[in-house]
Amino acid sequence: MTWPILSIIIILPLVGAAFIFALQGDDEAIRNNARWAALWATLLTFLVSLFLVAGFDRGIPDFQFVENRPWLGGVIRYHLGVDGISLPFVILTTALMPVAILASFQAIEHRVKEYMIAFLLLETLMIGTFAALDIVLFYVFFEGGLIPMFLIIGVWGGKRRVYASFKFFLYTLLGSVLMLLAILAMYRYAGTSDITVLLTHGFPRSWQPYLFLAFLASFAVKLPMWPVHTWLPDAHVEAPTAGSVILAAILLKMGGYGFIRFSLPMFPAASEFFAPMMFALSVMAIIYTSFVALMQEDVKKLIAYSSVAHMGFVTMGIFTLSREGVQGGIFQMFSHGIVSGALFLCVGVIYDRMHTREIDAYGGLVNRMPLYAAAFMVFTLANVGLPGTSGFVGEFLTLLAAFKVNTTVALFATLGVILSAAYALWLYRRVIFGALEKRKLAGILDLSPREIIILAPLVALTVLFGIWPNAVLDTSAASVSMLVDRTHAALAAGQKAALLMGVH
Amino acid sequence: MYQAIVFLPLIGCLIAAAITLVGARQRHPGGLPPAGAEDHSGDHGGHHHAPPVAGGGVIHASHHETESRESAAAGSRAAELITTALLFVSAILSWIAFVYVGYLGHDARVPIYTWIAAGDLKVEWALRIDTLTAVMLVVVNSVSALVHLYSIGYMHEDPYRPRFFAYLSLFTFAMLMLVTADNFVQMFFGWEGVGLASYLLIGFWYLKPEANAAAIKAFIVNRVGDFGFALGIFAVFALTGAVGFETVFASAKSLVGKTIHILGHDYDALTVTCLLLFMGAMGKSAQFLLHTWLPDAMEGPTPVSALIHAATMVTAGVFMVARLSPLFELAPTALVFVTFIGATTAFFAATIGLVQNDIKRVVAYSTCSQLGYMFVAMGVGAYSVGMFHLFTHAAFKALLFLGSGSVIHAMHHEQDMRKMGGLKSKIPFTYGMMVIGTLALTGFPLTAGYFSKDAVIEAAGAAHNVMAQYAFWLTVIAAGLTSFYSWRLVFMTFHGRTRADHHTYEHASEPPMVMLAPLAVLAFGAIVLGFAFRDVFTHDHGVETFFRESLFSASGNSILEEMHHSPPWVSLIPTAMMAAGFFFAYWFYIVDPRVPVALAEQNVLLYRFLLNKWYFDELYDFIFVRPAKWLGRFLWKQGDGWLIDGFGPDGVSARVIDVTQRVVQLQTGYLYHYAFVMLIGVAALITWFLMRGIVP
Repeated sequence: MTWPILSIIIILPLVGAAFIFALQGDDEAIRNNARWAALWATLLTFLVSLFLVAGFDRGIPDFQFVENRPWLGGVIRYHLGVDGISLPFVILTTALMPVAILASFQAIEHRVKEYMIAFLLLETLMIGTFAALDIVLFYVFFEGGLIPMFLIIGVWGGKRRVYASFKFFLYTLLGSVLMLLAILAMYRYAGTSDITVLLTHGFPRSWQPYLFLAFLASFAVKLPMWPVHTWLPDAHVEAPTAGSVILAAILLKMGGYGFIRFSLPMFPAASEFFAPMMFALSVMAIIYTSFVALMQEDVKKLIAYSSVAHMGFVTMGIFTLSREGVQGGIFQMFSHGIVSGALFLCVGVIYDRMHTREIDAYGGLVNRMPLYAAAFMVFTLANVGLPGTSGFVGEFLTLLAAFKVNTTVALFATLGVILSAAYALWLYRRVIFGALEKRKLAGILDLSPREIIILAPLVALTVLFGIWPNAVLDTSAASVSMLVDRTHAALAAGQKAALLMGVH
Repeated sequence: MYQAIVFLPLIGCLIAAAITLVGARQRHPGGLPPAGAEDHSGDHGGHHHAPPVAGGGVIHASHHETESRESAAAGSRAAELITTALLFVSAILSWIAFVYVGYLGHDARVPIYTWIAAGDLKVEWALRIDTLTAVMLVVVNSVSALVHLYSIGYMHEDPYRPRFFAYLSLFTFAMLMLVTADNFVQMFFGWEGVGLASYLLIGFWYLKPEANAAAIKAFIVNRVGDFGFALGIFAVFALTGAVGFETVFASAKSLVGKTIHILGHDYDALTVTCLLLFMGAMGKSAQFLLHTWLPDAMEGPTPVSALIHAATMVTAGVFMVARLSPLFELAPTALVFVTFIGATTAFFAATIGLVQNDIKRVVAYSTCSQLGYMFVAMGVGAYSVGMFHLFTHAAFKALLFLGSGSVIHAMHHEQDMRKMGGLKSKIPFTYGMMVIGTLALTGFPLTAGYFSKDAVIEAAGAAHNVMAQYAFWLTVIAAGLTSFYSWRLVFMTFHGRTRADHHTYEHASEPPMVMLAPLAVLAFGAIVLGFAFRDVFTHDHGVETFFRESLFSASGNSILEEMHHSPPWVSLIPTAMMAAGFFFAYWFYIVDPRVPVALAEQNVLLYRFLLNKWYFDELYDFIFVRPAKWLGRFLWKQGDGWLIDGFGPDGVSARVIDVTQRVVQLQTGYLYHYAFVMLIGVAALITWFLMRGIVP
């Protein structure tokens, strides 16, 4: 290994933030400098992160690009690395950040410098979360990432931002405290905070349920799972467009990533034990929130609820403890990152023009905004899970895996494909189709060149990963296989032990 | 060659789509939000690049913008010609493939690349070319090419033609992916792809609220079917560990007698799987219970109805059962259900067709009913006979739809037959074509329908399936009803004195050549296809050499042989029913038009029942749509709002606010708290680590 690429992409956004911090004054030129500096920092980060893709060996299930340095007295280490599970999320993060920055160029007019700094800081913390191989380091990145997001919602958010951030605060507080306690317990038992060691350590079966539940408290809120999802619609509605994009596309994925990285391999017995509960919550999420999405009057809320439903497929897939299910969960998160991010960007496009998110305020946009209608259509179809778009693959794999484990779960979860078609197409019809009758919309303009630059790559990726999902699936295959095999080996060993106990 | 057949339409679609988008951009230049569109917080304003076109003038002009006033998009002609030409190339290649595969016996499998690989699941993109596929290739590409050509004339005045042709070609591509599928998932891709194209084309005129409603309805009802299809695929994978047809069919025999655990009970695995898969077929082919979308789909442009909602897409369900005959053949219970649904649909749709007044809806219910016939053939194990009817039906039903299109074109978009009549002298060529189509549909001797439809009825009569007698009698009755409503359509539209307003009637004229030529080709097909191909589709030896392994018959299935030994009255009765239907239609609508009126008055309830399509829309609205909306609102307001938030964060926050009052003020306060708690946590952790580090 020659270059510490992971460290570079973690530090690059910080360099950009420092540069912007150093800018003096608040006139238009300075604001523009801040915007461009943030864009270049994120673009550069993205380009460097491509070296990860190029250099990643898909045949190796273990962590690659590993950096391991002592930190904090040699107990906690600055230990980074990516495997096939985390690499897609790192790339997703670096790829979407320039999009988020570009989407904020005009929407944000005050405190531009601070805004850009918050975003760059957020990028560092998000990449760190996915790349951390020390559980304390992970915790710091994981929880730290919420602070910039709080600021983004709280300072640049809408009218009810106070309520939204307070709600988020209450939810997350409990989860993070419990996870911290669990981490302490794990350290105490294993004597190390190194994730690579903890993965194969094997925690006693009697501890696993408590540790599992403590981690669940944090991940379930983050994902979010039903019934701790109600913070999400509020947070989305109040967040600025780019905040929603990153929240939906990346921050939610940390929960699912956490399940795969920690819960499954470290607490296999508990994962198996709690799988029925996780299935139940997943199916609830899929059906319940789909119905709720159907009746929403606010575009952003509708998409937020549909996110909860889509995350239901993720948890369902992961807890099948099968390769198809876990890979499907990863793909579903990756695809949802692109699609939901794009959908929030689409909402941003019309919000920037009309300053309302009420569905009733729109209608007939296709008459004035054909390109916008076309892009929105592609993302809507991906949200519906149409084959040929990236949205299909994850849903299909998770359902397929669920059917093998429990047909009833699959039966109910598959109802989601009907409901998603209902709420997504109905939304599209109300916003896009029909005659353009509202006077206020009469002068609305189609996508600007900047907006085309933002949305076109996402359209391309949505279709590309729909017909070539193996780009992602191949990357994660080896690591997921190892993880699932280990989990099952641990379960088998546990059963053997239980049998032996029974004999004596 | 096979790649060319499948991908040329896709290329056409992409070119037309590019022309559409470029044209759209020229018409509606994009730009930044107009300044001060609405007064709002300081988030915007200041810092504008000048909007390129926006201005007050546009606002007023666009308010009343209608389709007709807009000029056609640039490149419309190119889009039409390119997509149509590519489709004709595809169609010609398809006929070559048909001979090459069907008669010369060269099956092929063309792998393209791996689509999805995860765990044990491996899904490939591959083209599977056997006789069954070749038949579908011919049907799909021939009708599609003719419909493309016809649309050049029919859509002449529409400014959005490039979009229309892009959709048509997209549909054709998806349909080709469906029929060439080598595995369940690729089939599902084509399946949902045609659903998408259907949705887009039904809603093509998006200014019409009915068109939008019909488009969504079509997609969602099809999704209900696809729910079953998807579960069926999962079941196949759970049972065999594969989704490729070859592998699954090979292990089908070993599945006999296995059970599958669903909703707490064990059921026969193959039966459940086939029923789930058939649910998809019921949705796509608009069978009884999932049929409600098809009549509404007539909101789309008429060429679309001909291509998608008559000749190709709606027959996908029939094709699916034929393709999966190695599974269905081993699941007799599922076949009984298929027979039952098919027969019920054949009868039920025909009864509704009797009283409809919209010319397209009559043909739509007729399609629904004829699809029922095809499923009857599938259900009794006569797969090739069902495919035969699919094959001939494509020709004469497309003919009837395109003929109706000519009528509608001549009548300036009037579709109500009560406002037609006497058009025979105005559009004699169209009249002739419609009569040929009607003869073929009703099974006039030696026309296409005579061979295929009567074969279906004979097969039902000779079958041993418990539903066979039910199916036989219902299809016989439906044959009479078919004849009645078909001739009723012809008489109401073309005969008698006109009921159209004077102006419309005077200006009714034959459409241009591009519209007439496809009619002539299809009429030729409606006459000869049955006679020409009857051996390879219905005679046991012909079928064996023509279809070979592409259709599977279990040992003991000798329906093709038995149906030729039916008693003479069985083969005569459909023709008799046809004659009876013609007689009654002639009496009711030519001799004495007061009779149907009197009948309707005497049987008001029955008439209403049929006119309102057995009240299925109302029923579904009552048991599905309204409860879904109510439930959505309930879960949102009561579930999320009252229960979760009320006892969760809001309840807690209310207490917190009570206690701390002014201590916690702004959101930044919470932020600091949060950061503070986290930092304390980290600090505690580090402290503890460090202590452990010192004292191990």
